Amino acid sequence: MEQLSVNHLLGIKYLKEADVQLIFETADRFKEVINRPIKKVPSLRDITIANLFFENSTRTKLSFELAEKRLSADVINFSASQSSVNKGETLIDTVKNILAMKVDVVVMRHPNPGAALFLSKNVDACIINAGDGTHEHPSQALLDAYSIKEKLGDLRGKKIAIVGDILHSRVALSNIFALKMLGAEVMLCGPKSLIPKYHEALGVSVSTDLMKTLKWCDAANMLRVQSERMDLNYFPSTREYAQLYGLNAKKLMSLKKDIILLHPGPINRGVEITSDVADSKNAIILDQVENGVAIRMAIIYLLVAKLNIPST
Amino acid sequence: MSPRILLSHKKIEIILNRLSCQLIEKFNDFDDLVLVGLQPRGVYLLNRLVGMLEKSYGIKKVINGKLDITFFRDDFRRFDKTLSPSSNEMELTIEGKSVVIIDDVLYTGRSIRAALTALDNYGRPNDIQLLVLIDRRFSRDLPIQPDYIGAQVDALEGDKVRVQWKDNSKEDTVFIEKR
Repeated sequence: MEQLSVNHLLGIKYLKEADVQLIFETADRFKEVINRPIKKVPSLRDITIANLFFENSTRTKLSFELAEKRLSADVINFSASQSSVNKGETLIDTVKNILAMKVDVVVMRHPNPGAALFLSKNVDACIINAGDGTHEHPSQALLDAYSIKEKLGDLRGKKIAIVGDILHSRVALSNIFALKMLGAEVMLCGPKSLIPKYHEALGVSVSTDLMKTLKWCDAANMLRVQSERMDLNYFPSTREYAQLYGLNAKKLMSLKKDIILLHPGPINRGVEITSDVADSKNAIILDQVENGVAIRMAIIYLLVAKLNIPST
Repeated sequence: MSPRILLSHKKIEIILNRLSCQLIEKFNDFDDLVLVGLQPRGVYLLNRLVGMLEKSYGIKKVINGKLDITFFRDDFRRFDKTLSPSSNEMELTIEGKSVVIIDDVLYTGRSIRAALTALDNYGRPNDIQLLVLIDRRFSRDLPIQPDYIGAQVDALEGDKVRVQWKDNSKEDTVFIEKR
């Protein structure tokens, strides 16, 4: 396989396993690039990328921006809070106006599920989904799977737990798609109120017992409780949540085996994971951040490679 | 048309010995010399030369690196095929050193231009030279010429000149495939 089967990155569910492997192989090369004294290559010097963030983001936005700059693309940034969106402009109008400035690629985060797909059908640009509501966050899932693979090797047959607020998590859904595609076994763990009803269709198992889940798994992805998306109380108190589903050093030690711990950030220290665990050797949270840049460089490079120059 | 053999393994062995001797003649002191093989195919030639210099000619240490030029090429997005990078192994600096770029076949010169740009990232060398096993004459797109040549070949545009190394086939051979 020499190129991606897709022209946009809208979600993991649109990718084939060969696409994911190609992204991983290319990310290996970019990981070496970003560890050089001069961390920049000129491949995308004729490309302009717009980062449209209709929802808050620190890590993903910085990571995409750095990836774009490392590839020598020109970058423009847009965040909804400082824009005409507040004046009632529609999504398509906003994006069409930005594209009129000769933008080739749009990286978009949006609170509505399906926003990236909608955009890809209505505007003429390569779209990269940087998170659409509670739906998908493909680049995060790719960097998570890549980081696990880096530590554990081939994911086939590996046992991966996703713990916490599955219901509101786009990271969870994309992770499930990516991990299952790569042959891993996936178990969801969290309070019943935060596990979606139709998880069976995704081919994953479910547990409400954190210790049982941790004993089973080789790696656990500890998700953040997304209180900003909760319109009602899904559990009695944060304190109770932390006691039942938060991971602390005592629980980790009692496993008597080494598991690796991921967190997509931002961490609520003391809720889903305590500080001593977050900073322990089991946690690969900072590897995830470094790999995030390499994975995003690979995604952008491979998608832009499909934008042939019209005259050739 | 079936491929025609241009150089047999015997001839290639003689050429590799000659190229090694030319390098020794020019860079008596290998301390300030860096050999850089271009990925993927130039690396086979690099490995052979380094092996020969160290084993047959008693050079203690030949500093060398493997340079991937994919992200510096000028034909990105010109073909349907995505350019796939190879590994880049350049744990060295070229600051103040003499550099010899090593590739199997010199054709248009565009790979070498990309290599010159890529090498910028590893310091300011004293000078850069070019060694190739095969120089396809009269086919250059850029003003780039080799300093050390294994053999010169006149081939038509569209012909393919291929080097096979015994590392991954029966024996070393250079052959030409006509259009």
